[in-house]
Amino acid sequence: MAAPARGFTREQRTTIVYGILGFVVVLVVLQLWLLTATMNAFLGGDSAVVWPAGLASTACLALNAGLLLYLRRLEQAAARASTR
Amino acid sequence: MTDVDPRIDSPGREGLTGTARSSVYEPVAVGERISIPPDGRPESAQPAWRGDFPIDWPADHYVARRDFTRFLVLTSLAFTVGQWWIAFQQWWRERRGRPPLKRIAALSDLTPGAVLVFSYPGENDPCFLVRQRDGGLLAYGQKCTHLSCAVIPDPEQGLIRCPCHEGLFDLGSGRPLAGPPPRPLPRVVLEVRGGEVYATGIEERTV
Repeated sequence: MAAPARGFTREQRTTIVYGILGFVVVLVVLQLWLLTATMNAFLGGDSAVVWPAGLASTACLALNAGLLLYLRRLEQAAARASTR
Repeated sequence: MTDVDPRIDSPGREGLTGTARSSVYEPVAVGERISIPPDGRPESAQPAWRGDFPIDWPADHYVARRDFTRFLVLTSLAFTVGQWWIAFQQWWRERRGRPPLKRIAALSDLTPGAVLVFSYPGENDPCFLVRQRDGGLLAYGQKCTHLSCAVIPDPEQGLIRCPCHEGLFDLGSGRPLAGPPPRPLPRVVLEVRGGEVYATGIEERTV
């Protein structure tokens, strides 16, 4: 997702950061649940969930990092627009 | 600056404790800016750190939420590392294979109701063996599945107790009956060969 060349206003960026924060909170809670459930399964000798849970957690991290990267691009676009 | 009255709330510097005039910080509302930085230079000429410590509330709201998002992404990274650490431990467990056969005791030495503590499969894996009244043999890992306190078998009542947090297990199955333990105790697989009791494996369970 590309940031607009003119850059968003700070008010718009604040709204966007709220939306991103909401997504990230949900994904981090999901990861916490995955970690505790996987640990319980591993300690109980159940290995079936270990690898799928690792991949799911990595996917959540990738999504979170992507959202943060998008936020960074928004800031850069805003900074470029303010120097013009 | 010499004509400024240094007293707080004197005309021209209300609420300020420094030597700058209050007009320096007067709201200007140019574009997104409300206050101007103390050195008066435009925002693009300000050092990078000033962006992280804004003067105005709207900018501060934005920075606070952005930094919290960054912190959560770092937390997400930590959870992913933890998840892969479990996967590594699983790989290591599979690589180690089955635990070796180990002699525990002579069957004749175990009177009904007797309890014997031993280590299996490693020296730091305490277990206990119980000879039941009917002659049956039971063996479990001695670490409580809550916080690894040493559990104490009570063959008379058919229970295993954890003294740390009042955890209670069933002696016959090793399953938790009360208290905080989330999983059954790992069961040690036993085999009797020629009057000798051997441990041949560990059976971990989630329910």
